[in-house]
Amino acid sequence: MRYHEGKQTIGNERNSIETGGMMEQARLIVTPGGNGLLFQLSGSWMLQGGVPDIDEALQRLRAAGVVKLVTFDCAAVSGWDSGLLTWLLALAEYCKEHGIRVDSSGLPAGVDRLLALARAVPARKGAQRTEGKRSLLSDVGNDAIDALRITGEFMDFFGETILALLKMLRGRAVYRRSDLWQIMQDAGVRALPIVSLVSFLVGLILAYVGSIQLQNFGAGIYVADLVGIAMIREMAAIMTGIIMAGRTGASYAAELGSMNVNEEIDAFQTCGFSPMEFLVLPRMLALMLMMPLLAVYADLMGILGGAVVAVAVLDLTWLEYFIQLTKAVSLADFFVGICMAVVFGNIVAVIGCLNGIRCGRNSQAVGMATTSAVVSAIVMIVIASAVLTVIFDVLGI
Amino acid sequence: MEPPADAHITVRNLTMAYGDFIIQRDLNFTINRGDIFIIMGGSGCGKSTLMRHLVGLKAPRAGQVLYGGESYWDSDPAQQHHLKRRFGVMYQSGALWSSMTLAENIALLLEQYTDLGPEQIRRVATLKLALVGLRGFEDFYPAEISGGMQKRAGIARAMALDPEILFFDEPSAGLDPISAKNLDDLILELRESLGTTMVIVTHELASIFAIGSNSVFLDPETKTMITTGNPHTLLKECGNPKVRAFLTRGAA
Ligand SMILES: Nc1ncnc2c1ncn2[C@@H]1O[C@H](COP(=O)(O)OP(=O)(O)OP(=O)(O)O)[C@@H](O)[C@H]1O
Ligand SMILES: [Mg+2]
Repeated sequence: MRYHEGKQTIGNERNSIETGGMMEQARLIVTPGGNGLLFQLSGSWMLQGGVPDIDEALQRLRAAGVVKLVTFDCAAVSGWDSGLLTWLLALAEYCKEHGIRVDSSGLPAGVDRLLALARAVPARKGAQRTEGKRSLLSDVGNDAIDALRITGEFMDFFGETILALLKMLRGRAVYRRSDLWQIMQDAGVRALPIVSLVSFLVGLILAYVGSIQLQNFGAGIYVADLVGIAMIREMAAIMTGIIMAGRTGASYAAELGSMNVNEEIDAFQTCGFSPMEFLVLPRMLALMLMMPLLAVYADLMGILGGAVVAVAVLDLTWLEYFIQLTKAVSLADFFVGICMAVVFGNIVAVIGCLNGIRCGRNSQAVGMATTSAVVSAIVMIVIASAVLTVIFDVLGI
Repeated sequence: MEPPADAHITVRNLTMAYGDFIIQRDLNFTINRGDIFIIMGGSGCGKSTLMRHLVGLKAPRAGQVLYGGESYWDSDPAQQHHLKRRFGVMYQSGALWSSMTLAENIALLLEQYTDLGPEQIRRVATLKLALVGLRGFEDFYPAEISGGMQKRAGIARAMALDPEILFFDEPSAGLDPISAKNLDDLILELRESLGTTMVIVTHELASIFAIGSNSVFLDPETKTMITTGNPHTLLKECGNPKVRAFLTRGAA
């Protein structure tokens, strides 16, 4: 008889480690018969022990030429779990695609019922995502389109915040005064310790680095000019901006983001409250009011840091330092600093809220929104400060 | 074609999609005044999505949603705002505002849209919470109450302004049988006393037959509705095996 000719055993190398004789190796023998194939399964078909690769079985099917029927003999199977099921499911899918009939009568009791359940609901058409192969060019193109879209979104959002602000000035915006108060407190007073520490140290570092150079020329007194102008014009605003981006912008993004996940923002919308007025406006207002105050405070702390170096390292007196400072710094410098602080406050609030409101509906998206809020706020602060510096320079302020 | 006189919401050729992914297409049905309208269908077929379209949160890909003849998406913002004032919505997740207590959640709406004083507002909020069995929880925050309680509090907030149309997304999911029964009674009572139109997404067969006066059945496979009508009539007359299986828990 030709019956045994095509007999072939597909072993399983992964299973070669002895498992104490407890588990027999899963084995598959494929025998052709008539216009069908007989799959003889033996051993333990468990996920733990490992089952033969489905591709090998499919290869056998393909190699067998025209096959109309697949039958099973599982008399020697000593145990099975999802390992067998997944293997069978893949085989059954292949057979269905190629019009091969599957006779499941030889399968262990229960297996065919579970298989039937697994195949009861057909895969939703269009639901499975297919990741096509993408080229570098299309990646670059997609990124560019994304970047444009994000810029557009930011502009839209910014425009809407301005509209909300105008509405508030006319007394028509709907928000809770108590919310505004709370948010202002959180963005203002509670930020003082970290702002103190950072700006004091920045002033100290500036003075220290500067003093080493200035001492070479015997011009140590000018450390007051250095610290004063740097802090008041730029550094105080930038440092507080960055601190607020990490502290407050992130918290806005996370807060609004999780409100979005929880459908709370939808609820505001259907209740006729504009999220823009109710959620974004108070936050933007709070930061635009608090940032300049924080920046002035940071000015003072930075100058104090400089003074410590001036007194301790350069042997100046406190009075000398402060007199030199008042000579060096003009009101215009102060105005420039305040201006920057207002702009940075706006950037932090708008970017934080934008990322929160546009956040996806899962917890991972909240994390991403927070990260993106901090990173883009810091980038925007640096860019804005460069632009403003040039503008003020051109204006001669 | 003018909608019939007592039509409250008319859906015409509505197609819903997220990006390129069509959820349902060519929906056509009418919700009459005083209907308790059930949206039925298997999990993931687009019931919540349909509700988002009905309450004006998501723009249709194609087609229209008309409220007594006015199309929501063709109106100007002032008109849209006016339409929205007539809705009360309870979301699948409750969606209570987490930074406010239950009473404040309800009070916010009353403060905004009525002339009531704080004392009265407090009393109304207490009443609404009592109606859903949450008397005494006024000063709890949403995070401090259970999932089923959050659902009920969400229902109380949806009812805050006695809206013309109430939308509930799976109100009885996660409720014990007694609370679910009480909720059904409340829904029937609101319809009787205030004439509220209700649109309810639910899987509870008991509820569907106890309260539903009209319904639509969405099918995820063909991506469109199979039928619309009173659930009792559908059970008796609809020949579609999917609808029969749904309404009999797969027994027929
Ligand atoms: N934001 C989204 N983006 C893309 N697809 C979505 C989004 N939300 C829902 N879907 C898809 O829309 C389909 C319908 O979702 P929907 O939430 O409306 O289902 P449902 O009928 O309410 O289900 P359930 O009974 O489980 O609540 C789902 O297949 C889902 O994958
Ligand atoms: Mg849903």
